[in-house]
Amino acid sequence: MLGKLDWSAIPFDQPIPLVAGAMVLVAILGVLAWVVVKGHLPYLWHEWITSVDHKRIGVMYILLASVMLLRGGSDAIMMRIQQAVAYQSQGYLPPEHYNQIFSAHGTIMIFFVAMPFVIGLMNLVVPLQLGVRDVAFPTLNSVGFWLTATGALLVNISLVVGEFARTGWLAFPPLSELSYSPGVGVDYYAWSLQISGVGTLVAGINLVTTVLKLRTKGMNYLRMPMFCWTTLASNLLIVAAFPILTATLAMLLLDRYLGFHFFTNEAGGNVMMFMNLIWAWGHPEVYILVLPAFGIFSEVVSTFSGKALFGYRSMVLATMAICVISFMVWLHHFFTMGAGPDVNAIFGIASMIIAVPTGVKIYNWLFTMYGGRIRLATPMLWAVGFMVTFIIGGLTGVLVAVPPADFMLHNSMFLVAHFHNVIIGGVLFGAFAGFEYWFPKAFGFRLDERWGKAAFWFTFTGFYVTFMPLYIAGMLGMTRRMQHYDVAAWRPWMIIAAVGMAVLTIGVICQIMQLVVSIRNREALRDRTGDPWDGRSLEWATSSPPPVFNFAFNPDVRGEDAYWEMKAHARQQSFAHEEPEYQDIEMPRNSPTGFVCAFFATIMGFALIWHIWWMVILGGIGAFATFVVFAWRDHDEYVIPAEEVARIDRVNLEERRSLVSMAGAV
Amino acid sequence: MNLLDPQGPVAAANSTILVDSVFIMLVIVVPTIFAILAFAFWFRASNPKARYRPEFVYSGRVEMVVWAIPALTVILLGGVAWIGSHQLDPAAPVPGTGSPVRIQAVSLDWKWLFIYPDQRIATVNTLTVPAGAELNFQLTSSSVMNTFFIPQLGSMIYTMNGMVTKLNLRADNEGKLQGLSAHFSGDGFPDMMFDVNVISPLAFPDWVASTAKTDAVLNADSYKKLMQQGIERGRPTYRLEDPRLFDLIATQHIPPGPGPELASEAGRSHSGGHDAR
Repeated sequence: MLGKLDWSAIPFDQPIPLVAGAMVLVAILGVLAWVVVKGHLPYLWHEWITSVDHKRIGVMYILLASVMLLRGGSDAIMMRIQQAVAYQSQGYLPPEHYNQIFSAHGTIMIFFVAMPFVIGLMNLVVPLQLGVRDVAFPTLNSVGFWLTATGALLVNISLVVGEFARTGWLAFPPLSELSYSPGVGVDYYAWSLQISGVGTLVAGINLVTTVLKLRTKGMNYLRMPMFCWTTLASNLLIVAAFPILTATLAMLLLDRYLGFHFFTNEAGGNVMMFMNLIWAWGHPEVYILVLPAFGIFSEVVSTFSGKALFGYRSMVLATMAICVISFMVWLHHFFTMGAGPDVNAIFGIASMIIAVPTGVKIYNWLFTMYGGRIRLATPMLWAVGFMVTFIIGGLTGVLVAVPPADFMLHNSMFLVAHFHNVIIGGVLFGAFAGFEYWFPKAFGFRLDERWGKAAFWFTFTGFYVTFMPLYIAGMLGMTRRMQHYDVAAWRPWMIIAAVGMAVLTIGVICQIMQLVVSIRNREALRDRTGDPWDGRSLEWATSSPPPVFNFAFNPDVRGEDAYWEMKAHARQQSFAHEEPEYQDIEMPRNSPTGFVCAFFATIMGFALIWHIWWMVILGGIGAFATFVVFAWRDHDEYVIPAEEVARIDRVNLEERRSLVSMAGAV
Repeated sequence: MNLLDPQGPVAAANSTILVDSVFIMLVIVVPTIFAILAFAFWFRASNPKARYRPEFVYSGRVEMVVWAIPALTVILLGGVAWIGSHQLDPAAPVPGTGSPVRIQAVSLDWKWLFIYPDQRIATVNTLTVPAGAELNFQLTSSSVMNTFFIPQLGSMIYTMNGMVTKLNLRADNEGKLQGLSAHFSGDGFPDMMFDVNVISPLAFPDWVASTAKTDAVLNADSYKKLMQQGIERGRPTYRLEDPRLFDLIATQHIPPGPGPELASEAGRSHSGGHDAR
């Protein structure tokens, strides 16, 4: 009846996951109870859960990412403490638990923190920057988000029901094959990534189509803000790379479920094939994450320097070069497989070549600052912190692209330090910069600067104190994923890293405090003009938060930095204060398709993990039926009448107008 | 285990390349970081002395330079990578004094087996080699992937079941070193560290002779016991019955290791390791 599922799946003998799981469950139930009792449920359902508004979906993506950041961060804290104490002892985490933690940490941070954070920001901002009313496929967008949430939910269920993978975040066979990992951990891993992978793929298709097909009048390719370009590049990579991940995991699942031999030791299976396939996805994946961050920094550096982006066309070229070359370097993840000097050298050099466009980007940001009028607001602090940190990460990255150096550093703590250096220093700093920068746009009030700056400084310092010691540990021969060790020379560095983790934690607390304090003071921090930072691109041309239709009139773009041009233009000619002629606007209707689909996908995923076959069929039919019902819908749009558009737009029209016409006075 | 304290020519060459590459890049990186901080400071909005130049958004010369700097660095480093990859190919010979020592390493769950086919002995978790001689390693795995790595001798390499990888090293100085597995392989992974005893070439034959007197015999049967999941805290030694044992393992005539013994059908399978903790 319930497949492999029975009471032994609940880890009654392990207090840590059980207590953690219970706390999360209580928190979720508490919030749910509060929502129901206070009568917020209809609001939540109509305005958020079934919303197909790209801004709402973007916000939900970021919320998901933030919650999962806390989960992944807790894993990180536990790992740092374990390695600080497990010198000549077993520490406090037995291997079967420690191994789950580092596997879950990697999986969560990449798939359920970094990915939803950047996809959320792209969702929120790109249609606004393009001057359009929505993404190309609004309902598909909602489906994508909810399927990602399904994956995250399954990973969290594994905390209390069963176990998570103990194989590392890429689940290399043969360790991840049934003979060496007979538990459900790898199945949790693979099915949550399969389901959320579909979500990511549809998000990618949606955003590529949006950038290619939905641009406002005059917004040709070479007038798009840099963030739109990096979104295009990143989502092209998603569309090209995620099917590889899906296929690879499908093969692993066929091995595990139906006795195939793609990657097994026996019967001609080949682990080297898995390594190649997973990295053929995995390397583009890091650029999927970091390209949008580059876009964010381009916007931030340019806005806060009060200058257009230096070398815009050069930046576009660099972005697209990275997009293409990132598919040609995957082998540098396993130089130590013994492929031979020609292969290693060619892939090593190809990897270094990526450093060229990346270096160009750094220099262009540098020259954007040159001759600027720099305001060191919180987003700009993250950007400057990023530039410094990312260069160091780039240095160590190019270093491990030199095969003979990699022969010493592969899989070491040095490598761990390197990829945290680029992922924290690049992607996470970028996500935080984007969060601070676009928060006023999303919610209509700015974030508290004092707490924001405190969060930056603690995170920045904490990062260095945590990860510089790991570089040194790597130079002392320490490899990654060690549950305990007996080498005295490694110990002090592990202790310093744990201290750094504490500083990082304070940074996260400051970030939470910033949110709390800002929500409390929201009236004082209110952004009435829609343009709190003296912005340059179109997202600042509408109110904060933007109305559901984004723009009462689709803007007419006449050059790069469209809004900046408009402001400059308005300054020269006295701004006409007559009432514009409003028109009806058609918007896509809300749809529960995404939520219902994900509900059935969760059931199906859980049932597949536990071999509950009747439930698999039920979930499959449910998800398919949801899609059919949606496909046969009669009405997919509703009309906002002109008077309603006028009423919404008039609210702060005067303030926005006066800002535009006053802009020159400063 | 300091990478910058190499004890053999491969590690010395590896770490030279490592250090040189860092310095080549620092030449670019340090001024760039300095410029970032300097620009961010000087062009702050509150500095009246800084000139605001909003029109400075393109310069062909600057673009030339900013593409050229990283490109030239990469051309230089690419040369280092190309030459280094060929000279330091793990399979490239590392000439030494005396006759080379053949060693066949097998990663087991979770220990290292070192077979000396010519000396007809084998050891677990301890590798004894003569100083100055070329060491020809052939490596494979009994089950999951691992990576063979002696940091102070240089160049790590994967071990994979059904496949043989090759690595040549040399240890120049007598003494004790440590090796480890650098690829996660399961619950007993951290206990896959092994001792490396580099002894004088004159003492090596004596060590071989004394090891050959061991009672324990390594053959297909005792190997199958050894490859069960578990941690080996001792340092057992064996006489080798059949010098082709490694070939039988690598060609899967001896099937791969069994993995955990299933405690139950349930999802929460406890690690089958005898001594996983």
